Amino acid sequence: MLSSTAKNLYWMGRYLQRAKSTARLIEATQRMALQSRGEEAAGVAAIFGMEDEFRQTQQQGGRLASLIDFLVLDENNPSSIVSSISAARSNAREERNNITVDVWESLNGLWLELSSRLRGDRVLLDRGALIESVKKQAVMIFGAAQVTLLRDEAYNFLQLGAFLERGDNTARILDVKFHLLRPDGNPHADKPDYFAWSEVLACIGAVRTYRRIYRSALDPMKVAELMMLRRDVPRSVHHCLWMVDLSMRELADTYSAKGEADRLAGELHARLRYARVDHIFDIGLAKFLGGVRDDIATLSDEIGRQFLLD
Amino acid sequence: MAAKAFDEMNSGTGNPIRAPYRSVADWLARTSAERIAATRHEVDLFYRRHGITFGAYGAADGHETTIPFDIIPRVIAWDEWEYLHKGLVQRVKALNAFLVDAYGAREICRAGVIPEAQILMNAEFVAMAQDLALPGGVHAHIAGIDLVRVGEKDFYVLEDNVRTPSGVSYVLENREVMMRLAPELFSAMRVLPVADYSEELLATLRSVSFSDDAEPTVVLLTPGHFNSAYFEHAFLADEMGIDLCEGSDLFVDEGRVYMRTPRGPQRVDVIYRRVDDAFLDPLAMRPDSFLGVAGLLGALRAGRVNIVNALGNGVADDKSTYTYVPEMIRFYLGEEPILQNVPTWRCDRPDDFKYVLEHLAELVVKEVHGSGGKGMLVGPTSSKAEIEAFAGFVRARPDNYIAQPTLALSTCPTFAGQGVAPRHVDLRPFVLSGRKVTIIPGGLTRVALKEGSLVVNSSQGGGTKDTWVLAPEASSGG
Repeated sequence: MLSSTAKNLYWMGRYLQRAKSTARLIEATQRMALQSRGEEAAGVAAIFGMEDEFRQTQQQGGRLASLIDFLVLDENNPSSIVSSISAARSNAREERNNITVDVWESLNGLWLELSSRLRGDRVLLDRGALIESVKKQAVMIFGAAQVTLLRDEAYNFLQLGAFLERGDNTARILDVKFHLLRPDGNPHADKPDYFAWSEVLACIGAVRTYRRIYRSALDPMKVAELMMLRRDVPRSVHHCLWMVDLSMRELADTYSAKGEADRLAGELHARLRYARVDHIFDIGLAKFLGGVRDDIATLSDEIGRQFLLD
Repeated sequence: MAAKAFDEMNSGTGNPIRAPYRSVADWLARTSAERIAATRHEVDLFYRRHGITFGAYGAADGHETTIPFDIIPRVIAWDEWEYLHKGLVQRVKALNAFLVDAYGAREICRAGVIPEAQILMNAEFVAMAQDLALPGGVHAHIAGIDLVRVGEKDFYVLEDNVRTPSGVSYVLENREVMMRLAPELFSAMRVLPVADYSEELLATLRSVSFSDDAEPTVVLLTPGHFNSAYFEHAFLADEMGIDLCEGSDLFVDEGRVYMRTPRGPQRVDVIYRRVDDAFLDPLAMRPDSFLGVAGLLGALRAGRVNIVNALGNGVADDKSTYTYVPEMIRFYLGEEPILQNVPTWRCDRPDDFKYVLEHLAELVVKEVHGSGGKGMLVGPTSSKAEIEAFAGFVRARPDNYIAQPTLALSTCPTFAGQGVAPRHVDLRPFVLSGRKVTIIPGGLTRVALKEGSLVVNSSQGGGTKDTWVLAPEASSGG
């Protein structure tokens, strides 16, 4: 397999996952905005590390609706949903021979749908329906990959991209939202606001999962534990890094070679696997998550170097 | 038909649009008929896709139908809600005090306020529940109090539901649908959220466990998926993260209740049951019941498991006990009732009986233990023959009937056919009582979709609306 193929699949995984995470995040944020007051727009921009870019795109400053358009529709924003789907689709197009018809057609179908929605009048565009559609169809595309792709190198690169992106997304959301709700980093400060914390969980679609696991009232420390450390929660940082490590091992088997990326993937996985939530709060959640996110970025660079993707 | 009904949007003084409805009125004026038709179509799809259905008994071949949802919200101003909230807390406190007393010393009978026969001869009285000391002195943990409005300041309690009131899942789902379909309306005013109901419900259920366990195990007991409210049972269990059990999933051993799990038996502390009293325990109640758990009541009496709502609550909410609730409030709380009862004639009283038979054409007559809008007569909309037939039933069993004046239930703007028209509504707030009393803002608004109809029951073709209680700062009409 060519490095260019590996690269396309890796980025297809990342972009598709990015679009999906963004869709979910926007939906949760909108719900939150409808149910309470607050600085939702600024918080969301912070999750994408885009406070400055966002401020530049607008004159009146900080309105949620314009932020949503920036994150969903703006073709000049490389991370917007529309840009991400279009990037994933062009990655897939170059690798049509390396993916199944089911994966290609479902991804291309989503892209066609978005394109036709965008051709209409922007004022009348139903943003809610568009976001809903991205969420649903991204699930179908990943599902198609799960049930139809050959378990070869190509599959592992797609997995690598998707899970690295997903783990990073969850870490970012938790980092930013926790800081917003508990600027002093203390999970036990006062009675948690039900709506604010359920919205944090909703960003990764885990409100009911939380109930299932803890069967108790929302508690910031448990929310953090669920999002970081629970291996059985498919969007937790731990679960994602576990999957990344697995794909790295598969690739190491295939190529009979290992490098810095393998070491880092194993080390990150072990860090999340053996961490305890009270220890994390002892050293500081922001510090811990900052370290994880930095290392995810480094891992992505190392993957590029090791497999000649750059 | 009664006098012209109070319309909650259009019966303002001065400005005809009442303040809490101004944003809704603007929205209706701004939004095109096509957009609304499209939205209503989406609503139906949403409900079907989510399986939010209701199998009305007697519907053609028992098919699941969706309860029609009307997308124009029903709006309640903060000061109105504050008043209702106070009245509801008071009423449910009195009902709970009454239930403790009715299954205890019956002081209220000794004081001559309620005849003892009203309790002991009641078909819903459960002798097994006598002298049970329930945690927190709570019997009616989940109460649905049906309210109607007839004027700017006039609310009445139509009936109390303290057995297994249903409908709260629609409150939560209707809100989800509205946020998805009309976000622009929410940004125009500040609506108090309702999504924390499940969290409050779980806390309430846990707070009434007999055991001192910090995290008692709670399960929801359902009659099964043939029950018309099965969707709600599954929904609430899912929302709370608790197990949804049928009778066969539970068993009693050595006086304790367990659920069968792959890890072996797991102890159960509190059962939120949505099964009627008669079917709960074949050893104690109906022996032919397959819906219950043999030995359950023994475990309850031994203080090993709590059953929510408590057994025998029917003595507090039937339509003849209803007439005594204002007296209960005075007797137990020493307060004047905040919410008023609808004037009620009891056909087991000779004077009332005579009056009712003479005035059937103007009255609403109901069975004492009836529910779901069945077995009732709405005089003004019934034919002579129907009235004659019903008079026969009343003569045969006077004690089985009560009668009330036909109230001009308030109306709300509702989509009907091609346009918007006023339709009658009621309101069922859900009151949770554990170690404290909580009520999520609003409740279930039911709407009679047929023109002029006063019957809002979903089994009789009623629909629902999202109910909005406006936050304090937003209620002044801004």
